[in-house]
Amino acid sequence: MSAAAILDAASIATAIAERRASARATVADALDRIDRIDGRVGAFTDVLTDRALARANALDAAIGRGEPVGPLAGVPFAVKNLIDVAGLPTRAGSKINRDRPPAGRDGTVVRRLEAAGAILVGALNMGEYAYDFTGENVHDGDAHNPHALDHMTGGSSGGSGAALAAGLVPLTLGSDTNGSIRVPSAFCGCFGLKPTYGRISRAGSFPFVGSLDHLGPMARSVTDLALAYDAMQRPDSEDPVATTRTPEPAAPGLESGIGGLRIAVAGGYFARSGDREAFAAVARVAEALGASRTVEFPEAHRARAAAYLITAAEGAALHLDRLRTRPRDFDPAVRDRLIAGAMIPAPFVERAQRFRRWYRNAVLELFGSVDVILAPATPCRAPKGGQTHFVLDGVTLPVRANIGLFTQPISFIGLPVVAVPVRLDAGLPLGVQVIAAPWREDLALRVARQLERDGICTAPVAELS
Amino acid sequence: MPETPPPFDPDAYAALAAPLLGLAIEPDWMPPITANLRVLAAAAELVAGFALPDEVEAAPRFEA
Repeated sequence: MSAAAILDAASIATAIAERRASARATVADALDRIDRIDGRVGAFTDVLTDRALARANALDAAIGRGEPVGPLAGVPFAVKNLIDVAGLPTRAGSKINRDRPPAGRDGTVVRRLEAAGAILVGALNMGEYAYDFTGENVHDGDAHNPHALDHMTGGSSGGSGAALAAGLVPLTLGSDTNGSIRVPSAFCGCFGLKPTYGRISRAGSFPFVGSLDHLGPMARSVTDLALAYDAMQRPDSEDPVATTRTPEPAAPGLESGIGGLRIAVAGGYFARSGDREAFAAVARVAEALGASRTVEFPEAHRARAAAYLITAAEGAALHLDRLRTRPRDFDPAVRDRLIAGAMIPAPFVERAQRFRRWYRNAVLELFGSVDVILAPATPCRAPKGGQTHFVLDGVTLPVRANIGLFTQPISFIGLPVVAVPVRLDAGLPLGVQVIAAPWREDLALRVARQLERDGICTAPVAELS
Repeated sequence: MPETPPPFDPDAYAALAAPLLGLAIEPDWMPPITANLRVLAAAAELVAGFALPDEVEAAPRFEA
């Protein structure tokens, strides 16, 4: 099957519901492609052949009996390996977690996607304990960017981006604490949705920073993002921050266009410390949307610094016992950052949390006069695998700590974002953040869909076969 | 992220804090740990440089 012939999730589900394709054949095709190609991209850590085929057979039988099927009927999908999959220890990219007992049941998001008809085919590679922006993993091997195998996927949901760009599955789930959905979406050239903090249940996933952790879908089309997002919405008493709001499906309004929306470009902090191409990608999207106004996130540099502190401190607190007992079993780059995080004086962290409240209020005021804000997703295209430093605005900086400088001030206050892929030339893709006010994922998705419809943002599969 | 070292000695601090936290740090781990501490201290200084009214409380809820 050529890359161009690989279908998106919505097309697969329609074909299966209309009996033009079977779930069994669809899943078998995905498993075959994973078998042939994944060795080169390193997206999967677990492939669930028996489980997936059994579920596909059951779905085909239900369709044969004339039973109704869900909007994701027969869609193969895979999840970052920090999400529970029954029968597997939830490794979260680590060596240490492999000693955990196997999960007794799937995480909430897996159960909800399967209730909509989707079929889980595997678990995906990620940076250790999600403290990562590269997609590199010393235990499982690095994920490789399908558009240029010697470049990073971005992380920490690196396998989630690689699996999409390689056309192994049409839908994946990732997690995003500081940018871990948006960065690999940008580097791998696919769409990613980081919903509002609390919108999607995180129950049955391994945490990193509870006050910043989100789960969300990644896909090669905006419709697929919306279908998956809608299927996962609902309150969940097992996640202490899951919202009790009534679900607000985005798919029904997806084709509404951008008429009447006030769209602006983020200036100031978001218009410096990046490569020219990163800002060119934003300009292309802004021009297509007719967005000429510029707004400024107040004190964004401090927001990023505060997110950095809270991440290090909360992450270190989570892992302190493991740092005491098994320090040599961590990726050294993760261990050293966590140990430093454990040593942060409490007043520094409390101050960052109090600043967070101020920043949240200030940014919400911004949304009084604008509906959607555009910003770069990353400061550059995907660096080379193993690259440790890059130059931004003439300053040499560590790659790992700085890939997320444009994503951190946004997730810091839980705003919903769709990362959209932009191809300026024949080189690697870039990403743009389409940012909305809390609970307005629908607006960000509508804008993303308009950009997709106009051919500004596309997510083609890499030619690997 | 600014990397200008604030006026404190991260090596001495890390050596003293590690036993309090129950962490055994091998010598070759110390340089990257103290490099991270410098970055974290600079971040804390940046956050502390913004004047906040005493009444602003932490509130990790983001509902509009």
